[in-house]
Amino acid sequence: MNNDRREFLLKSARTVGLVCLSGLIWSAYVDELTASKLILRPPGALKEKDFLSTCIKCGLCVEACPFDTLKLAKPGDNKPLGTPFFNPRDIPCYMCIDIPCVPVCPTNALDEKLVSTNGKLDINSAQMGVAIVDSQSCIAFWGIQCDACYRACPILGQAITIEYEKNERTGKHSFMKPVVHTDVCTGCGLCERACVTQKASIFVLPREVALGKAGDYYVKGWDEKDQRRVKNAKEIKTTTKISKDKAIDSLNDMGDLLDD
Amino acid sequence: MILKNPYLILRRVSQISIMTLYILANIYGLTILQGNLSSSLIFGTIPLSDPLAVLQMIFAGALISTNIIVGASIITMFYFFIGGRVFCSWICPINLITDLSSFIRRKLRFDTIQKKQPASRNIRYWVLALSLILSTILGVSAFEFISPISMVHRGLVFGLGFGWAAILIIFLFDLFVLKNGWCGHICPLGGFYSLVGKYSFLKVTHNHIKCTECMKCKEVCHENQVLSMIGKESIPVLSGECTNCARCIEVCEDEALNFSIINRFAKK
Repeated sequence: MNNDRREFLLKSARTVGLVCLSGLIWSAYVDELTASKLILRPPGALKEKDFLSTCIKCGLCVEACPFDTLKLAKPGDNKPLGTPFFNPRDIPCYMCIDIPCVPVCPTNALDEKLVSTNGKLDINSAQMGVAIVDSQSCIAFWGIQCDACYRACPILGQAITIEYEKNERTGKHSFMKPVVHTDVCTGCGLCERACVTQKASIFVLPREVALGKAGDYYVKGWDEKDQRRVKNAKEIKTTTKISKDKAIDSLNDMGDLLDD
Repeated sequence: MILKNPYLILRRVSQISIMTLYILANIYGLTILQGNLSSSLIFGTIPLSDPLAVLQMIFAGALISTNIIVGASIITMFYFFIGGRVFCSWICPINLITDLSSFIRRKLRFDTIQKKQPASRNIRYWVLALSLILSTILGVSAFEFISPISMVHRGLVFGLGFGWAAILIIFLFDLFVLKNGWCGHICPLGGFYSLVGKYSFLKVTHNHIKCTECMKCKEVCHENQVLSMIGKESIPVLSGECTNCARCIEVCEDEALNFSIINRFAKK
């Protein structure tokens, strides 16, 4: 009897230990995978966190894509397993008007609402990512004539425009610099695919990685619409150690100066 | 009987043809069965979804769409009636790997060397609980991130990558470490379907008058704890852990085992 009880306790303890251990390893692995941010998702994808919890990894979007753009992450891709992504330098998104990958999604991880304007599917409103120009390696910035990305852009003249600039050194040639307008750019990657440099000098990054945010504090005073934003601004009060002291004390404090 | 093991052949046909339909859908756009085992579409309209994956999504706090609820309900109802683990033996691609393992095990007589299994078959329910707990904590469907079932199946349809490593690990684990290790002890999906199919209508039934206690059924069965009544009582295999693979029916030379439909509504 006593031995039975001992054995039972030992077995239970062993099971609990095993479960805890595997739980730890398991969650560490999932954490590691979900931390990778540099993944381009199909059009209409929810925010990454919601996307990961909603995507059932069925690959229906991959099957629906007529250009084989979308891939499902395989073991070894270092991306959350089985989730759809694309690599624009290999195959960009060709921005089908009917967006076949989105309505087929059974879980709404690809949400039709996010790629619709006025209730109609509109691929131009997709925000898969945003194109970034590396002006150091872009040969157009060097003064060599190239407008490959500009010509490849499906929203020609809106998502990428060309900025002309005179070459002060020669006084002759002009620079024709590509400029991405991040509010229009969908992140399809056709520009990245078209880029002529060895490694693309214009490339697509996820929007939350590539874009900054000015916040509601900074307002264009000359733009009436933009001025309304200031109402949303919340006061930020920073208190440091120094600001607790009186100003005169702070001026008389020689401590830091004398240390050196 | 002309064929010695008709059910085994039927099972392989079922496993391989379902796989082929998925692969054809991906390569040629055939719309009979699209997607993969996580979620699919029959003829581009009827949704089917893995109920455990959906359960994890609910635990992870995802917004669940109607399509996926319908899909998961269809699958759950189907397996509720014919036995949950019919999925394991008739559909799941991992079954091919683990069956190969246990076949080699039998041929090489590993089982006679290692008679006592060191691990509990209830581990799968622990893993099942753990997968739901981790889904809640991490906000993703946790088992789907490591599941070799969806990894292998998805891999065969969409490209395997390193997925062959998962196949190899399970094969070697079952062959050398633990008999029927993955499917019979660990897999939480098997555990989930054990619970779903516990009250199913289609069951293997034993007739102890015909039984000569040769124990061939127990030797070949992947879940031989469910065959505890062999040679003792004439009752159906009631445990949900039975996969309805019908191997026991085939190997029984005394016809003591057969499928039967149980009337669950009969008054006791």
